Amino acid sequence: MSTERDSETTFDEDSQPNDEVVPYSDDETEDELDDQGSAVEPEQNRVNREAEENQEPFRKECTWQVKANDRKYHGQPHFMNTKFFCIKKSKYAAIPQISTLAWYTTLVPLLLVLGVTAIKDLVDDVARHKMDKEINNRTCEVIKDGRFKVAKWKDIQVGDVIRLKKNDFVPADILLLSSSEPNSLCYVETAELDGETNLKFKMSLEITDQYLQREDTLATFDGLVECEEPNNRLDKFTGTLFWRNTRFPLDADKILLRGCVIRNTDFCHGLVIFAGADTKIMKNSGKTRFKRTKIDYLMNYMVYTIFVVLSLLSAGLAIGHAYWEAQVGNYSWYLYDGEDFTPSYRGFLNFWGYIIVLNTMVPISLYVSVEVIRLGQSHFINWDLQMYYAEKDTPAKARTTTLNEQLGQIHYIFSDKTGTLTQNIMTFKKCCINGQIYGDHRDASQHSHNKIEQVDFSWNTYADGKLAFYDHYLIEQIQSGKEPEVRQFFFLLAVCHTVMVDRTDGQLNYQAASPDEGALVNAARNFGFAFLARTQNTITISELGTERTYNVLAILDFNSDRKRMSIIVRTPEGNIRLYCKGADTVIYERLHRMNPTKQETQDALDIFANETLRTLCLCYKEIEEKEFAQWNKKFMAASVVSTNRDEALDKVYEEIEKDLILLGATAIEDKLQDGVPETISKLAKADIKIWVLTGDKKETAENIGFACELLTEDTTICYGEDINSLLHARMENQRNRGGVYAKFASPVQEPFFPPGGNRALIITGSWLNEILLEKKTKRSKILKLKFPRTEEERRMRTQSKRRLEAKKEQRQKNFVDLACECSAVICCRVTPKQKAMVVDLVKRYKKAITLAIGDGANDVNMIKTAHIGVGISGQEGMQAVMSSDYSFAQFRYLQRLLLVHGRWSYIRMCKFLRYFFYKNFAFTLVHFWYSFFNGYSAQTAYEDWFITLYNVLYSSLPVLLMGLLDQDVSDKLSLRFPGLYIVGQRDLLFNYKRFFVSLLHGVLTSMILFFIPLGAYLQTVGQDGEAPSDYQSFAVTIASALVITVNFQIGLDTSYWTFVNAFSIFGSIALYFGIMFDFHSAGIHVLFPSIFQFTGTASNALRQPYIWLTIILTVAVCLLPVVAIRFLSMTIWPSESDKIQKHRKRLKAEEQWQRRQQVFRRGVSSRRSAYAFSHQRGYADLISSGRSIRKKRSPLDAIVADGTAEYRRTGDS
Amino acid sequence: MTWSATARGAHQPDNTAFTQQRLPAWQPLLSASIALPLFFCAGLAFIGLGLGLYYSSNGIKELEYDYTGDSGTGNCSVCAAADQGRAPPPPCSCAWNFSLPELFQGPVYLYYELTNFYQNNRRYGVSRDDEQLSGLPSALRHPVNECAPYQLSAAGLPIAPCGAIANSLFNDSFSLWHQRLPGGLYVEVPLDRSGIAWWTDYHVKFRNPPLVNGSLALAFQGTAPPPNWRRPVYELSPDPNNTGFINQDFVVWMRTAALPTFRKLYARIRQGNYSAGLPRGAYRVNITYNYPVRAFGGHKLLIFSSISWMGGKNPFLGIAYLVVGSLCILTGFVMLIVYIRYQDQDDDDEE
Repeated sequence: MSTERDSETTFDEDSQPNDEVVPYSDDETEDELDDQGSAVEPEQNRVNREAEENQEPFRKECTWQVKANDRKYHGQPHFMNTKFFCIKKSKYAAIPQISTLAWYTTLVPLLLVLGVTAIKDLVDDVARHKMDKEINNRTCEVIKDGRFKVAKWKDIQVGDVIRLKKNDFVPADILLLSSSEPNSLCYVETAELDGETNLKFKMSLEITDQYLQREDTLATFDGLVECEEPNNRLDKFTGTLFWRNTRFPLDADKILLRGCVIRNTDFCHGLVIFAGADTKIMKNSGKTRFKRTKIDYLMNYMVYTIFVVLSLLSAGLAIGHAYWEAQVGNYSWYLYDGEDFTPSYRGFLNFWGYIIVLNTMVPISLYVSVEVIRLGQSHFINWDLQMYYAEKDTPAKARTTTLNEQLGQIHYIFSDKTGTLTQNIMTFKKCCINGQIYGDHRDASQHSHNKIEQVDFSWNTYADGKLAFYDHYLIEQIQSGKEPEVRQFFFLLAVCHTVMVDRTDGQLNYQAASPDEGALVNAARNFGFAFLARTQNTITISELGTERTYNVLAILDFNSDRKRMSIIVRTPEGNIRLYCKGADTVIYERLHRMNPTKQETQDALDIFANETLRTLCLCYKEIEEKEFAQWNKKFMAASVVSTNRDEALDKVYEEIEKDLILLGATAIEDKLQDGVPETISKLAKADIKIWVLTGDKKETAENIGFACELLTEDTTICYGEDINSLLHARMENQRNRGGVYAKFASPVQEPFFPPGGNRALIITGSWLNEILLEKKTKRSKILKLKFPRTEEERRMRTQSKRRLEAKKEQRQKNFVDLACECSAVICCRVTPKQKAMVVDLVKRYKKAITLAIGDGANDVNMIKTAHIGVGISGQEGMQAVMSSDYSFAQFRYLQRLLLVHGRWSYIRMCKFLRYFFYKNFAFTLVHFWYSFFNGYSAQTAYEDWFITLYNVLYSSLPVLLMGLLDQDVSDKLSLRFPGLYIVGQRDLLFNYKRFFVSLLHGVLTSMILFFIPLGAYLQTVGQDGEAPSDYQSFAVTIASALVITVNFQIGLDTSYWTFVNAFSIFGSIALYFGIMFDFHSAGIHVLFPSIFQFTGTASNALRQPYIWLTIILTVAVCLLPVVAIRFLSMTIWPSESDKIQKHRKRLKAEEQWQRRQQVFRRGVSSRRSAYAFSHQRGYADLISSGRSIRKKRSPLDAIVADGTAEYRRTGDS
Repeated sequence: MTWSATARGAHQPDNTAFTQQRLPAWQPLLSASIALPLFFCAGLAFIGLGLGLYYSSNGIKELEYDYTGDSGTGNCSVCAAADQGRAPPPPCSCAWNFSLPELFQGPVYLYYELTNFYQNNRRYGVSRDDEQLSGLPSALRHPVNECAPYQLSAAGLPIAPCGAIANSLFNDSFSLWHQRLPGGLYVEVPLDRSGIAWWTDYHVKFRNPPLVNGSLALAFQGTAPPPNWRRPVYELSPDPNNTGFINQDFVVWMRTAALPTFRKLYARIRQGNYSAGLPRGAYRVNITYNYPVRAFGGHKLLIFSSISWMGGKNPFLGIAYLVVGSLCILTGFVMLIVYIRYQDQDDDDEE
């Protein structure tokens, strides 16, 4: 197979990177090899090595054994995901000397926090279980007790023989034994694995095809498979089947991988080789890591900071207490407590007392509040109708509820191409025949697409009616037959391809190696040239209703060097013709000198290219009988050459493909998803860089880059070799400059490119490996190095290893620096693992927040690696979605997710955190100030119940609602001004500075809250002469002022006042007074005299106007400066958001905001031609291999019902 | 978007104002038209309030006397000299003589003030048993541990009332004598000492234990008085409504002060001839000097004070209001200037 050849060339160390192949060398890098070696003792290793060397290389890899129909032979790990949570009971230490707060003050909030967390975890767990259950409970048929029985996926075990039907997902990696198709072919779609939607075929061994068709034979099948251990190489498999005392070699062509979908095959049978977590796709999906946001980390550090502050304050106050005890306390006879502690010991006890009193500084409820807010924001994402894709009934889904605010901080987006940017639907759009362009709308006066009538294909019985074409003139041309080239053109399309056809219920189904080819054949069919059938050497075409069969003399198949394919047919009249289609560059070199339409076609190609259509040139030539006979001899000779057959064939092909006559060109649209260019330009304006990582070919990727406006005409494109030289130069520089300064030199990086200009980087996977030194080193070298015999050698080895490591790191860093200077980066031909590696590089060296978006299983690794993974859902595959954090149906929803939801979430979270720290400091530090007036005795400034309920009831709801509902500017304006997004990327709204400002705000507020009531209480007495200057009234005054202040403060912070906000703010204050009056009432005192000690305080204190005046003044002094500062800073240094808010009304008036029209400004000279956008070559091998394609098929029920019928024998061999 | 046109999908989210985050909302902007009037109005209002408070506070008359008895400060120094060490010191009497040139506008309140006395000390503040004080017989027998070391007497009897606060009950007493005419007789001025505690304290928080055979003394049988007390709690006053836990002096004392310097109400003067205040003339306060404060550097003061709508004399709040009000207006002007300057610039930007 071609893949084998490809991998060989990649593994060859000295070869130039090959742009065409997907490298797999990254599967086994040096690190891994080293790791394997270092795990074992050297002594033992030497023995092992010798033993290994003696063995044949094949055997040592095959350590995995699977016995068919024998479950005991192997166990299969289940992939259930269970999470246990336990509530730790915190014992509240009740040491009398220390316990300064009643037990409930900390226990109640703690229990509440734990309760909410537990509920949330429970809900999450249930959801996850449901998901697992859904997958685990998918069904397929498994042989049990000699019969096929329906079993659930989770019950499938290694060694089972299973039957899969059409359109089933393959549940495990299985060895194909037989299928309903001739020769036990089986078509699979691998979109889940590599993103390619074209069909691939797998073929079973002859022996299993022959003997394992019936249920009874399958049930008694007892073959033993020896193969490699589970690994992540999708296209490699080595193993042997040992059956009936014979060994049969197995390769990747006989393996159906998990995640594939069976297509066009009624049923197939297979033996489970790897199941569950051992499957290749699972091995490829990388580790699931627990993702946390930047703010999470920041928050943790801040909590540590607060802990430090807490201990410092407590220590300071403890010292104060010791001093006070020595100065005052010891002489105060009324304080005598019967203990003979020294002042310093009392100070020590008070240290712990203050730790407890001030513990509210550390926000216990912070974490749970953050979780609640994120949960709510996730629901808003789920609910968003503007991210709901009605066509597929797919709403957006936040699958992880803990990352929302990170969406507002994205710097880099890594996008998959197929299925993410594009719909992966190829449609025939235009063509140029004989210099005349067809496919445009003829009626120039009409501009709207909707009004133009589509071409009616109903005259053609074979038309599938799905092709949308607008040029009626072309149909007239075909039907009139005035220009023979037009018919010739479509005839070529119908005949020159390697598509296979499948007729069910009179419907033609084409199976093409690439979607392009399928689109072309399909177009020909719609235009009246339907490809009906093919055999090994004939092809039947319906030409405008008349069926004609042609002899196929040779198929000159496509490969990536030739970039063209040809077919030589003999018409029924006996003429021999060669039809060829291919990339314009290669075709133009081979044209006959006399081609009148050369220039016109060239112009047409340029026009097509400007419209980002993918073009192919079509041509033909007549061949003399004699000439063909001559050539055919060479061809036959080359076909049987044993070495370098491909090269020999290529040479022979070259001889006949010349002096071609140009027919025209086709233009195929690789349809982008809706709104992709707009989304990309929006995101670019928000300073987000977009990298496209795709397994596709370079040309395709480049095309798409242009189509989605990632690349524009004035972009300078750099390729792998360009930047390799740049990087080499840089490395040289660094080495020269290095030495002494290396360690001290500040990492001032001069840019790689001169400033200005628009640069893009297009790099292939092989170049990536080359540049990043990820190439696989030859095993022998490693072995030599692996077992150092002397101390010297060992030292040398570690040193060289370290040097290598440093070099590698330097290169990686340089590469990332370079790539980040480019406005767009496209990586093509990359493996899933490389995708993840690229993401990781940027993550590591740029310290930027990354987002990966993809739809296929090949994106899973990348999605898991990035800070945020987004899966495109609604496609058939679920792998990407399952491992993603967010999923939705269309790429364009990304702009809403980031610019609206992300930004809002970020702003809300930042506001929330700032306020939360502020509110807790304002609350707690009052104790600190009070301690100066109570002998540092850890006396609280509030009632215990107030401390208990402050964070839970009196101040939590408004801030939670702000965290959920606040929006500074509306979603429309957020989308319209992407520049608003930048605050998040730069961490402007929450960082250490902001944190300390919040703390300072809290500290100042607490000072005001304490000192103004202090002044008011210095001497005074109540209105009626009774003492209001008692401790309890004082506590109530401060508490009331505090509750009003913090609730008004959140009112100031709220920029989007809904009735819920208003209700919660005033409700919190009302709740405070309500609860306080209840707790201070006579009734509750009678019931619990020692728990509610503040009896009568509220009513007595708050009846005094003096105290109300104190509260009003305190609140005013707390809030008015905030208002003034906000006003001044808004006037003097207005932020982007301020400005927009200010002009909100005017902006709203500009209802008619015109979207920027898509402008294609591609230059005239450029052209992009590409062909067969697949990793694989066509089906020519299969077609010409002689295996019959038109064979009678047995229906499935015949096999099931009549197990004894010897149906297989009726077919030909 | 086309969701409204087509039939609803099974997974289609609801189109409500809440789910689509389109709740009707007021988006206040801190614009000049809000901020500037706010500051000017607040400033004016505060200045007005400040003036009112200041003059009310100034209108209150106070007469205070430090009778701690530091050497050379009056005749209480004898007692003070005798007051060494811990309570109880030997009883001692002294007097404070003063004269009023004019009527001391009533109603007049008599306070005592203690300084440097940390009633708000945590250790001190928790040393009480609210259950016991609310008259629960079980708590009477078994005071809580917080009361230690005033939980049980040396003999092992439960102390009632227990705890450090009760034990340190202020036990100086005063009587006021008025000499109408120079050289005349001193007439005792009636001190109304009945309503000096909060209604809730006297009626709810502090209750005597149920009487045994109609006798309070029997109810307290088996308990010991706090060590510093000379009399058991049921003998604090001969008046049955003012003895035991509901003795008003005791209740006032038990309402601990917020700050180390505090005043507590001793009596009102509002009876008989003195309902309008203290007429001019000479006065003498006879002080029974019991309470030791010099050990911890405290002071004891006696204060006669009148009262206004806002309570006792305290100029702080009035001044604070005046300052804040003026600052508001000042800030308002600064904001106005800044606003005018930047407003112009802003307009320029836009054009």
